[in-house]
Amino acid sequence: MSDERHREDLKEIRSLMEQSTRFLSLSGWSGIMAGIYALIGAYMVYDYMNSAPFYSNPESELPFILIGLGVMAAALITGAILTQQKAKKSGQTIFTKTALRMVVNIGFPMVVGFFVWVAFALNGGIDYMAGMLLIFYGLGLINGSKYTLNDIRVLGVANVSLGLLALFFTHYGLYFWAAGFGLGHIVYGAYMWMRYER
Amino acid sequence: MIQDLNKAFENRLRLGIMSLLMVNDEVDFNTAKELLKVTDGNLASHTNSLEKLEYITVIKEFVGKKPKTSYKATKEGRKAFTAHIDALEKLLNNQ
Repeated sequence: MSDERHREDLKEIRSLMEQSTRFLSLSGWSGIMAGIYALIGAYMVYDYMNSAPFYSNPESELPFILIGLGVMAAALITGAILTQQKAKKSGQTIFTKTALRMVVNIGFPMVVGFFVWVAFALNGGIDYMAGMLLIFYGLGLINGSKYTLNDIRVLGVANVSLGLLALFFTHYGLYFWAAGFGLGHIVYGAYMWMRYER
Repeated sequence: MIQDLNKAFENRLRLGIMSLLMVNDEVDFNTAKELLKVTDGNLASHTNSLEKLEYITVIKEFVGKKPKTSYKATKEGRKAFTAHIDALEKLLNNQ
């Protein structure tokens, strides 16, 4: 038994522990696509705000919610498909315990955030939409980073920071939203793709 | 020092099985096979010997009509593994 062997044993142990608890197939391209959808969504909101008299009637908030949900659905579906493809390439699937754990851990703060936001929105706090969504999404990423590539923690911190700023400068909410969900995802996705997939 | 190393973990595959069970409550046969990149027979024979040492317990259950085998580390197993890793680290640090 040589030192070299011991060292290799430890390395192998570490890698097995990582692999079996973290979901490593998250695709970088799904980040880039999510960012692009978010920018399209932000542009649609911007366009709507400039064409219709804002605050003129209570129904005018509906398009924001629809655009937001549309962006989220598109990002999730694209992300799932791209990630499944990446997992398949390395002989894995996305239906594993580690994947489930990651989704639950990212999702929990987001679900909480959604209800907090609904409560605010019902009481006339729609201005805080951008900030709260960014904050809770960021917290979700930080929470889930234990179960996937650790790098998503950075994206989480960036989103929380932008979200806090958006709460104080509600007038620029849309810009913070575009920066966090849009640019943030694109930069992060491109970085992940270059680092792990190319 | 070298005598602190556990003979049972001289085999890389057994060390691998224990590594998985240290950080997961339970690991099923197919997941272990995939992560460790070994054949059915190889994995089965080493899980058997770890079971005989009472380092792991074997859980057999049915999922629908398919039998499913999972493994779990025992208290003894966790203790033995931790002691082995400590000994390995000490050996490497004391050069």
